[in-house]
Amino acid sequence: MSQQAPLSSVNDFVVRFANVNGSGSASANELFARAVLRHGVPVSPRNIFPSNIQGLPTWYEVRVTEAGHLGARGGGTDLMVAMNPQTWDKDVAGIVPGGYLFYDSTKPMPSTKFREDVNVIGVPLTAITNSTYSDPRQRQLFKNIIYLGALSALLEMDPKLIEQLIGEQYKGKEKLLSSNVHALHLGRDWALQNLKCPIGLRIRKADKVGDRIFLEGNNAAALGAVYGGATVCAWYPITPSSSVAEAFTNHCKKLRHDPETGQAKYAIVQAEDELASIGMVVGASWNGARAFTTTSGPGVSLMTEFIGLSYFAEIPAVIMNVQRAGPSTGMPTRTQQCDLIACGYASHGDTKHVMLFPEDPAEAFEFAAASFDLAERLQTTVFLMLDLDIGMNQRLCRPLKWDDARQYDRGKVMTAEMLDEGRDFGRYLDVDGDGIPFRTLPGTHPTKGSYFTRGTSRDRYARYSEEGAVYADNVQRLLRKFQTAQDMVPRPLQANAAKPTKYGVIYFGSTAPAMDEAIELLEARGHQLDRLRIRAFPFHSSVASFVAEHDFVYVVEQNRDAQLRQLIVTENGIDPVRLVPILHYDGTPITARFIAEAIGTHQDQIKVTPLRKAVS
Amino acid sequence: MTYIAKPKFQHPGIKKNALGYSHRDYEGKISTLCAGCGHDSITASIIEACFELSIEPHRVAKISGIGCSSKTPDYFLGNSHGFNTVHGRMPSVLTGANLANRELIYLGVSGDGDSASIGFGQFAHAIRRGVNMTYIVENNGVYGLTKGQFSATADRGSKSKKGVTNTDNPIDLVGIALQLGATYVARSFSGDKKQLVPIIEGAIRHKGAAFIDVISPCIAFNNHAGSTKSFDYVREHNDAVNRLDVLTGRDPIEIDQDPGTVQIVEQHDGSRLALRKLDADYDPHDRLGAMTFLQKHSAQGQIVTGLLYVDPEADDLHSHLNTVERPLNRLEAADLCPGQSVLDKINASLR
Repeated sequence: MSQQAPLSSVNDFVVRFANVNGSGSASANELFARAVLRHGVPVSPRNIFPSNIQGLPTWYEVRVTEAGHLGARGGGTDLMVAMNPQTWDKDVAGIVPGGYLFYDSTKPMPSTKFREDVNVIGVPLTAITNSTYSDPRQRQLFKNIIYLGALSALLEMDPKLIEQLIGEQYKGKEKLLSSNVHALHLGRDWALQNLKCPIGLRIRKADKVGDRIFLEGNNAAALGAVYGGATVCAWYPITPSSSVAEAFTNHCKKLRHDPETGQAKYAIVQAEDELASIGMVVGASWNGARAFTTTSGPGVSLMTEFIGLSYFAEIPAVIMNVQRAGPSTGMPTRTQQCDLIACGYASHGDTKHVMLFPEDPAEAFEFAAASFDLAERLQTTVFLMLDLDIGMNQRLCRPLKWDDARQYDRGKVMTAEMLDEGRDFGRYLDVDGDGIPFRTLPGTHPTKGSYFTRGTSRDRYARYSEEGAVYADNVQRLLRKFQTAQDMVPRPLQANAAKPTKYGVIYFGSTAPAMDEAIELLEARGHQLDRLRIRAFPFHSSVASFVAEHDFVYVVEQNRDAQLRQLIVTENGIDPVRLVPILHYDGTPITARFIAEAIGTHQDQIKVTPLRKAVS
Repeated sequence: MTYIAKPKFQHPGIKKNALGYSHRDYEGKISTLCAGCGHDSITASIIEACFELSIEPHRVAKISGIGCSSKTPDYFLGNSHGFNTVHGRMPSVLTGANLANRELIYLGVSGDGDSASIGFGQFAHAIRRGVNMTYIVENNGVYGLTKGQFSATADRGSKSKKGVTNTDNPIDLVGIALQLGATYVARSFSGDKKQLVPIIEGAIRHKGAAFIDVISPCIAFNNHAGSTKSFDYVREHNDAVNRLDVLTGRDPIEIDQDPGTVQIVEQHDGSRLALRKLDADYDPHDRLGAMTFLQKHSAQGQIVTGLLYVDPEADDLHSHLNTVERPLNRLEAADLCPGQSVLDKINASLR
């Protein structure tokens, strides 16, 4: 059998389920992940799926990590649950030496299909299901629960915790509950009677989860929109963002109906395209409602004309962009952080837009709610920059919090009373020196405060003008407004190395968990790095000072063209030599191993042959 | 030029409406369109209609796209908020604005390039959603601002000012609006204010998607021989099926014609439309019949005008979405935010 010693690890390994799309495996796999969590052991699961509905391969990878490393681990699979004959060869090849292969052994397989250095665990799943169930659909679904049962024995999991989860899931549906528990024990009992249990990989109860919650970023962002007071959502379906609008719909159904009349305190429209969805958002926001749309790269491309209008006519808009690998259709079900330039400078002419970069679902919730305050305060477009990795995967994060005393910041809106007091209303008049003018809402006053909103140039009182000086005055004020935004958006978070260091690293968004883990790996290699996690654009002044304080700063991001680095260089006038790009862009989530290797190699080179210190 | 304001002076004896406003209170800035432009006549008809209905000017939101027609909201209802949006995208902006505040009157102004070419999709979808609006297309068959290119409503075989013959088939927006479920559909001619004003009044009082196609000759680029959108051509080929009077409040119905030829249609809001039939066979409640009638007459080279279809019991997007009566833009944190207690339960369900 195996020449390699079987892997042995407690609470630190990667299980990968290889399934067929549409076979009902997703809920069983999620049940596995949640069951590990109930043992007090953190997990980080990821869906790996093609742009397809049924029949194609799909994977679910669960990183079991008592240490709490929630980024993807990379480097192969420790336990492969190979349920898809289509991908068998690739799946078997992906197992680390000494790892385990779990498969359905009902039909004999030629020995050439296995590997010498992998431990094979065969369970006759089809035979067990066929002898127990006659209905084909039941056979399909319970097969998933049966393998889960077998795994629980192999990994020495507490079956009571799984039963408890099933009980919660099928509360009030006793028949489903008992049949699922039965299937679980079918698999578990078979494994206990016929296999050596446990294997080298084991789940042991720990207390490392705490009060953390487990949810997808898209769901969290949708909930943030509910809490942030969004009343209008216009959207067009596009992977990986559709589940934001769907989750918003579900939350609103539960939380936003008038208890007496049953009427809705929201309006959701599935538009005919992204041009219409952003048009509706702009129209609703112009008229004083909090409105948002949700999209991905190709949708942003279609929206750019309206984004320019929002910028220039100064109309609030919230766009949630769940990024996927571009350009063009790109890889619709793969993750990247590749729309920073497309969003930060979207539209023709001189434009700049606010972007928020949440690191996980908890921040997605907070930033989604904050984006409505920012959009109305700044009267401009605010992008919530999610990505597929945060958006479509369940992530362990701190519980969601809301301050019940919090009021919405509706920004500078001149009311009928203010107009009657004789306040001077100039729609584009900078009364406070922050670049932010007052606006009025349609229908406010019979004779005062109306104006004509347009994308063409106009003076401070919204009167059409193509005078050069008037135009320049306006666009300079817009720049001033953007500077004001710097101090309103979430600030970067800095974490310094234990010892003083000349090197720093900048990162953002979904890279965060891999970065945290990479710091540990780098420290083990003797490299100390100060960290700065950027959370918004425009950049706070601390970004420039962080760069100034270090000889070299690594900029870690998930795109080919170092888009964050470009923005930092452009916006702060920083010498590009100071910023070393660390780029990951194959569509898989970035890993700590990748970051540590790239930075470590660069650090080693600096230490071997010192570079002449860059002139800055 | 559009910043030129009209003098505020009013003749003391000027006619006032029920709210005490005169025509002047419904005017906007001085038009910068070409002298004699059909669009200015439509502007005048909109002013007249709003005056006659005694609408508070600031309770109207004027939304347009881009083009000559889309500039006109600056020339009427100066006390209303206006929004000159993006080319072809007025319908989506209007839809969003309407969702935010159901209490205002939404007047969408567009052109044939704006609605039949670049914005054909948005036109179609706003109509099929039943947005409560008055959607006016000022239809001249050409792109005026870019100097006379054909638009998608130009008839096949019609000639441009430069002598080019249009070989593409035209889009009939009225026919499309009927097919997509508009609940108030009319066509008129900018040169026939008597017909147009009550049609606009009826549309404003209509609760649902009201669409009005107004043939509006372009004096600069489409008023020559060979054009099918010139003043002369439209006058010669205009086939009006009815004449409309809009009766509001408790006005007694005075009909000076044979009662058999008058049809009273009561709309949802209590307003009544008195239709004087000019074509005895025409039934404005018959969507299918209207479509057939239009096709038949179009084939004969006639431009059918009048109130072509009305569903007095129409509903709108807000009723489809079952939204609260209070405008969404007036809901506050207390109405919208479920608070920490609900969040605690959500957190608990995610462990």
